[in-house]
Amino acid sequence: MPPAPPDPIIGGVIKLALLAVGGQGGGVLTGWIEDLARANGYVAQATSVAGVAQRTGATVYYVEMAPEGPITPVFSLMPTAGDVDVMITAEMMEAGRSIMRGFVTPDRTVLITSTHRALAVSEKVAPGNGIADSAEVMAAAEIAARRLIAADFDALAVQAGSVISASLFGALAASGVLPFPRKAFEAAIQASGKGVEGSLRAFSAGFDATQSQHEAPHLAKTTISAMPPKGPEKLRAAWATLGARVMDMPAPVAELAALGLRKVVEFQDIDYGAVYLDRLDRILAQDNAPFTLSLAAAKYVANAMVYDDIIRVADLKTRTGRMTRIAREMGAKERNLIHLTEFLHPRAEEIVSLLPARMGARWQANKRRMKLINHLFNRGHRMRTDTMGAFLTLYLLGGLKGWRLRTWRHSQEVEHLEGWINTALGYLPQYDLAVEVIRCRRLIKGYSDTHARGMSKFDRVLEGIAIVAGREDAALWAARLREAALLDEEGKALDGALATIRSFI
Amino acid sequence: MAERSFKAEIEHLRLGEGETFTGEGILAITKALLESGVGYVGGYQGAPISHLMDVLADAQDLLGELGIRFEANANEAAAAAMLAASVHYPIRGAVTFKGPVGVNVASDALANLSSSGVTGGALVIVGEDYGEGSSIMQERTHAFAMKSQFWLLDPRPNLTSIVKSVSDGFELSEASNTPVMLMVRIRSCHLTGTFLCRDNQKPKLNVRDALSSPRSDFARVVLPPMSYLHEQDKIKNRWPAAEKYIRDNQLNEVFGSKDRDFGIVVQGGMYNGLIRALQRLGLADIFGRTEVPIYVLNVTYPLISDEFLAFAAGKSHLLVVEEGQPEFIETQLGSFLYRAESQTKLHGKGMFPMAGEYTGAVMLEAVTSFIKTAAPAMLAAIVRAPNVDHPAIPDLSRTVPIRPPGFCTGCPERPIFAAMKMVEKELGKHQIAADIGCHLFGALPPFEIGGATMGFGLGPAGNGAFDGGGERRPVAIIGDGGFWHNGLSSSFTNMAFNKSDGVAIVVDNFYSAATGGQDVMSSRADNATKATKNPIAKALNGIGITWVRQIDRTYDVAKMRDTIREALTTSEPGPKVIVASSECMLNKQRREKPLAQMAIKDGRRVATPRFGIDEAVCTGDHACIRLSGCPSLSVKQLDDPLRDDPVATIDQSCVGCGNCGEVSDAAILCPSFYRADVVHNPGTWERRVAGLRGAAIGWLQRRRDARQLTFERGAN
Repeated sequence: MPPAPPDPIIGGVIKLALLAVGGQGGGVLTGWIEDLARANGYVAQATSVAGVAQRTGATVYYVEMAPEGPITPVFSLMPTAGDVDVMITAEMMEAGRSIMRGFVTPDRTVLITSTHRALAVSEKVAPGNGIADSAEVMAAAEIAARRLIAADFDALAVQAGSVISASLFGALAASGVLPFPRKAFEAAIQASGKGVEGSLRAFSAGFDATQSQHEAPHLAKTTISAMPPKGPEKLRAAWATLGARVMDMPAPVAELAALGLRKVVEFQDIDYGAVYLDRLDRILAQDNAPFTLSLAAAKYVANAMVYDDIIRVADLKTRTGRMTRIAREMGAKERNLIHLTEFLHPRAEEIVSLLPARMGARWQANKRRMKLINHLFNRGHRMRTDTMGAFLTLYLLGGLKGWRLRTWRHSQEVEHLEGWINTALGYLPQYDLAVEVIRCRRLIKGYSDTHARGMSKFDRVLEGIAIVAGREDAALWAARLREAALLDEEGKALDGALATIRSFI
Repeated sequence: MAERSFKAEIEHLRLGEGETFTGEGILAITKALLESGVGYVGGYQGAPISHLMDVLADAQDLLGELGIRFEANANEAAAAAMLAASVHYPIRGAVTFKGPVGVNVASDALANLSSSGVTGGALVIVGEDYGEGSSIMQERTHAFAMKSQFWLLDPRPNLTSIVKSVSDGFELSEASNTPVMLMVRIRSCHLTGTFLCRDNQKPKLNVRDALSSPRSDFARVVLPPMSYLHEQDKIKNRWPAAEKYIRDNQLNEVFGSKDRDFGIVVQGGMYNGLIRALQRLGLADIFGRTEVPIYVLNVTYPLISDEFLAFAAGKSHLLVVEEGQPEFIETQLGSFLYRAESQTKLHGKGMFPMAGEYTGAVMLEAVTSFIKTAAPAMLAAIVRAPNVDHPAIPDLSRTVPIRPPGFCTGCPERPIFAAMKMVEKELGKHQIAADIGCHLFGALPPFEIGGATMGFGLGPAGNGAFDGGGERRPVAIIGDGGFWHNGLSSSFTNMAFNKSDGVAIVVDNFYSAATGGQDVMSSRADNATKATKNPIAKALNGIGITWVRQIDRTYDVAKMRDTIREALTTSEPGPKVIVASSECMLNKQRREKPLAQMAIKDGRRVATPRFGIDEAVCTGDHACIRLSGCPSLSVKQLDDPLRDDPVATIDQSCVGCGNCGEVSDAAILCPSFYRADVVHNPGTWERRVAGLRGAAIGWLQRRRDARQLTFERGAN
């Protein structure tokens, strides 16, 4: 690292800014830093912006310090673009914000940032994937900072049973930008007297991560392969047969198909898995390398076949290992007990969907009957699945797999699925368009109203696609329509995209 | 009890002569009040001076020892009115509130006080909420000083200067029989530093003793003909007295060289920013020593004509550093120069932008351009003709999401807005007026409920035009803070008197929550010095509003929704008011968490609730988030190639308020939420029952697993 150019007149002042999100302990970290400075022969001044920003918004803290002298220095009350020595950001997008505000400049700023994300509301509410791209910020940080120290300081702190302010303080100590030894930093934490042990552990973790410049431990990526299932010998043999069929598929498709197969078999049974592979084979027969169509189909046909009915939800909520997983997530100890409450709210539609296909269709058409069922069932059911009654109810519902293929819901799903695949294949040889139609399945998700809205979006997108089908850029439009549909809940963006299409046809 | 406790810091307020105080601006101000022999203090909380109120409340023991009366006033008008004690009695009084909104509320009392004039020093400490981090409209308090003619101090932002200005303020007030306002900016309130202390002083006359020998003077009452005399007195006596005191005691400061032909006039509060710009230009050193002549206005109103003209003499260029608009100071100084037939050129707005905060970058640019004009020879070559290659930094403005403030994790107001959103989906969009307070976050995504706010306590009043009703009823939202501040009189009596057909929802979270959790009349807490536990519903009944629905658990989203629907559709005439009460979660956690941890340690049975999501059941449509926006409810990308969209997830900060479960149930969203209550120290019997249940459930699960294929790391 090249040394920072000395400032001829105010070289003695160290300027440190901190950008944190509410609840990250920005105030505590600021307090440690100024105590550290004062305890080591420096004069320091800290400021922060009090106000509603402290609720959940981003807050700026600012510290200036200089060696103690005969006169008190004149310090500034706020960080200035192009004039910050150390920028600490407690979240990745806040690093981006500090760069945007000009607080990080190549000639002077050491940027210490946590790479973890605390998502903003705008990123969370998108019906699709609205998460901002951290890689873009990281790339900008590499250019903007004189030196970049980046690690998941949040994970390090949580592992140490503390808060991110402590691990960031460790990173600051290890960075060497402040002229104080490690012991002085630790003394500042000890002097504060609150949660000292945890803070020191997190401090250490932050210190080590910075010195070794290693990223915090990263979750190993799952290997994409069919794992050997447990179960009766006969079923395992049948699984092996299906596995062999998957192995015969072209390599990239086989990887996804193995996952898809596992998903449908878990959902229903081995025979259902065979149906999945049959459907895939039909598409593969019309496909060639690089098999984009089959890849999309391997994913979305599996997702379509694994629809969310009462049986699936009940099954998932009564699986082996669920309680253990939840206990781990809740940080419960061996000596603790766990009460589990489920929030279920079936409507008449869900109840009727369990009836035999023709009967279900008839009942659903009968408004008075639906009203009666709603009256009987449509209300919130709080079920304590750690108790016998509730568990048994869900267990029995989850065991209805043998009945599932005869239900009204299943017949609806099959009809929809076949229609969708036929539509897609019908567009061949417009290969890209067929792929896009397969990908539209992504629009259908959620339960009750959300599910209905997804269905209607799916239908409207497919109608829109039908309008542009003959055009050369049809696939492009299909993708645009789908992305628009994922932008907002009501489908305003989709309406706009459809209007655009109609305007030029 | 407020969000932040200053009990530990209060000890610093006992420091004596010659000792050094290290700490925050608000504590320094409090210490300065004690050193000045103040007799009574009060105010109303609001950023950035909320914590000053908290410090005063926490310091009540010390205040009592010194014979100082502390009032947590009902609003800013009440606080300013309290200064009436200094009209007849030689008692120093100080009140604090935020500016300019608090000053708006207080302006009636301030105008009367200024007309009457004071005997004892009267100090108003105003936290000027302007610039970054501000939560209000961008205006200046300065105008109030001009219209009512009280004096405005704007000291240099370091603790020594701020502390000095408190005692200066009292002296000035008494010397000129005029109230004085001390302005501190957002950053000054929490500015840390040191200053040298003096001993605390008991008031020469305390308020109790004053009651033993009451005074009155007809000449001080604002009634004709005295009010005419007051005006004359202001101009003929009080103003000249103030000018004399300011001049004689050198409240304004002059720095830098005497023989330069240019200079800078700066508001005291902007001094450090100006020095930083000069430091960066190589024109000042680390201690602020500079060749550039600087006239620091620690008193920004009144301006002293001859003092200013003396500074301007022999200078061809002057720069005025005055943040905010309109530029009152610059205009006045220009008028002084014109009347003196001066040739000095006055710069200010123009080099500085008219509107907006004077950030470091703005200050540097303006000062650079001024020095280039007035004294180009002083600038280093590099500044005169910059030629530096900066690498292009990628534009992140389309990547980085904005992060507006929102409801906290577990906030009891969230379910109210979720319920309103559900009702809106049923009955259509309604006219909604909002008030001031946390509930205003409901106007932001994901709820986007509420379109306007007219001020504190004025939410329902803001719907006055619609009181006559129509096809859909107007809805107003107001907090408990707003209700007691001004809402009961200005909003609810207005509704009742005009037989409004509208609906009002009082969001009652037991505190003045947005300002830091101070107690209000309806708070449920025991407060040794304040009267709490006065139900809002009772007050409403008292003014003749009969359709009042009290909801004691806002997290019951279905009940909340049904009640709102009922209010909007009932045929009953008159105002419909829903009081939705649940404790502010920030305060609740702060109170209960340590107790729960203590109980667990002591081996008592404690169940701690938290919510979770079954990833396999969540389909990633995020409908739950659009009805919640809870910080602990987020999304995460699964490591599953079959999934496109991130699924919902709940992190460890969840406090188990239950909103997400209630919402997913009431809005019939999805069954993926569950609540897990971790039971600490369960009883023997409970443990035995749980063991039996676990065994039976395990048997059932093994039975099913034996008949089907199960995978190592399944979808669940």
